[in-house]
Amino acid sequence: MRFVFKTDYSQDIGLAKHKGHVFWYGLLMLLLVLSPWLLQEYWLAQLTFVLIYSIVGLGLMLLAGFTGLFSIGHAAFLGVGAYTQAVCTQAGMSFVPALVCATGLSAAVGVVVGLPALRVKGIYLGIATLSFGFIVEEVLARWESVTGGNAGIHLKAPDLWGQSVSSAEGFYFLCLFLTVLSTLGVLNLLRSPTGRAFVAIRDSEISAQSMGIHLAYYKTLSFAISAALAGLGGALYGHKMQFISPDQFSVLQSIDLLLMIVVGGLGSVHGAFLGAIFLIVLPQLISLTKDSLPDAIALAPGLQSLVYGSVLIAFVLFEPMGMYGRWLKVRTYFQVFPFYRQGMFKRQKAFQKSDRLR
Amino acid sequence: MQFLQLVIGGVSQGCIYGLIALGFVLIYKATETVSFAQGELMMLGAFAGLLAMGFWGFPFWVAVLAAMAAMAAVGYVIERAVIQPILGQPAFSVVMLTIGIGYVLRGLVTMIPGIGTDTHTLAVPYKDMGFQWGALMINAEQAVVVGATAALCLVLYLLFKHTKLGIAMQAMSQNQLAAYYMGIPVKRLNSMVWALAAMVAAVAGLLLAPITFVHANMGFIGLKAFPAAVVGGFGSLPGAIVGGLVIGVVESLSGFYLPDGFKDTAAYIVVLIMLMVMPNGLFGETTRKKV
Repeated sequence: MRFVFKTDYSQDIGLAKHKGHVFWYGLLMLLLVLSPWLLQEYWLAQLTFVLIYSIVGLGLMLLAGFTGLFSIGHAAFLGVGAYTQAVCTQAGMSFVPALVCATGLSAAVGVVVGLPALRVKGIYLGIATLSFGFIVEEVLARWESVTGGNAGIHLKAPDLWGQSVSSAEGFYFLCLFLTVLSTLGVLNLLRSPTGRAFVAIRDSEISAQSMGIHLAYYKTLSFAISAALAGLGGALYGHKMQFISPDQFSVLQSIDLLLMIVVGGLGSVHGAFLGAIFLIVLPQLISLTKDSLPDAIALAPGLQSLVYGSVLIAFVLFEPMGMYGRWLKVRTYFQVFPFYRQGMFKRQKAFQKSDRLR
Repeated sequence: MQFLQLVIGGVSQGCIYGLIALGFVLIYKATETVSFAQGELMMLGAFAGLLAMGFWGFPFWVAVLAAMAAMAAVGYVIERAVIQPILGQPAFSVVMLTIGIGYVLRGLVTMIPGIGTDTHTLAVPYKDMGFQWGALMINAEQAVVVGATAALCLVLYLLFKHTKLGIAMQAMSQNQLAAYYMGIPVKRLNSMVWALAAMVAAVAGLLLAPITFVHANMGFIGLKAFPAAVVGGFGSLPGAIVGGLVIGVVESLSGFYLPDGFKDTAAYIVVLIMLMVMPNGLFGETTRKKV
């Protein structure tokens, strides 16, 4: 069992709480930096996707996990980011200004979508965002003069100050840099008054309001930041795929994103990363096990959705805190060994808050 | 005349939306959870009808009843097995859970060898019939959809007004705790509400089957029933049907009078406007929380 002995106030706000954090996250960073030399090209590409999805997941986690606003149309922001990036780079902008445009436009769209969030909540907000997702998908498909319609649009390799980043390694480092940047940003945000306000809104809107938190402002802000991160992820996604079409940003993608943060663990920054790993690795695992399954199951197009669905059901039923929650339990088990008790992480019986009473 | 024709088409499509929305609303009223699996239950209902008719050779009416009974059992089992353990958790857990159920059902159907991945037609006795009324052409399929919806609504109305079960369900939807104190078996009723919702979904599936086709992805139409439920006010049973009709008619009219692309998004545009103007829908009730 580790005891953190506090001798300084700055320890309270430090990102690393103790030496162990520094060591393990340093090691992780080192491995990530070295991975272009350690991994094969295929797996490096998968790792890049993990990083991209982590950025999007961070955004959705901020919105759903920390502010308690669920968006079932988050792929729309991803799409807005990706298409803005594509259009901007085609217009001859270089990578960084285009990225700023993509992020900014997504954030602006996020503000617009956040507006109904001020009036509606719970399932109504879910349906509002779902509707928005459908509308954006349709707009992307129909606005052919800009988006190329269903035929899609191609993206060139990112152009950094005149230098084209066309190699997989270079793009990986770009993604890694942006991921680390957004992670640090989100972590910092969460320990600032703004982040605390988000969490207060999640836990109880009425008490947050009574404490002087301006609901409208913070909810809109949360939507904007979340959409900006999704847009950033979308821009990188577009560059990585090199080809985007509206059906990549459909409602199924939105549900995948939700699945990612729920499986990863709602309300934890780690969860976004674990969820992204899950989302990328699971299809690989499925295709690995396909050979050992009977044909009727292995060749069914619904195999993946069956596995996703079962995993989702299992997590909601047995591990509502997701993969990160499971890890916390395992860690606690070893930390307090042999004193772990059955009820240490017992789910609090939450009496359902009625949506009808508002 | 053209206008009227479009309205008739919209109404029959709207009845389908309304029936699926009815399932959402039934479940929402009883347990305050939202089921995203309703569309998939509908798909399963259509497949059950297909199985009963095409493969076991039941006559049409027997097949309909068998499909309804089978789906009621499925709904009951789903509620008992996975929904009940997490009632009382945040509403969003249940949403994710039902999304998961929808995925699993869709995946399972595609795994039925031979029939899961194909598109089928349900051979109903009223196929390809229709009658001309002036310049108006009414398909039998559309007429049957409207008629069956009306009949089902009447049955549900009688159920909720005049039977012990229906009144108990009403009491439960108003206040579960008080209902429990009055000796109403709330848990069992929850399961029965799911069974009822699955049954309604099965009817919707069987009605939709002759119009479109029976295939594993037909459940996505359930996503269009959400706008219907919201427009009508999520907690209101007549609202669900009215909302469905509104969405259906708007969709059909905008498909004809507005440029391409509006047909598919009309429902969502309507619901967004609705949420901004009247967040509680046409028939929803507002009650403010007392702190």
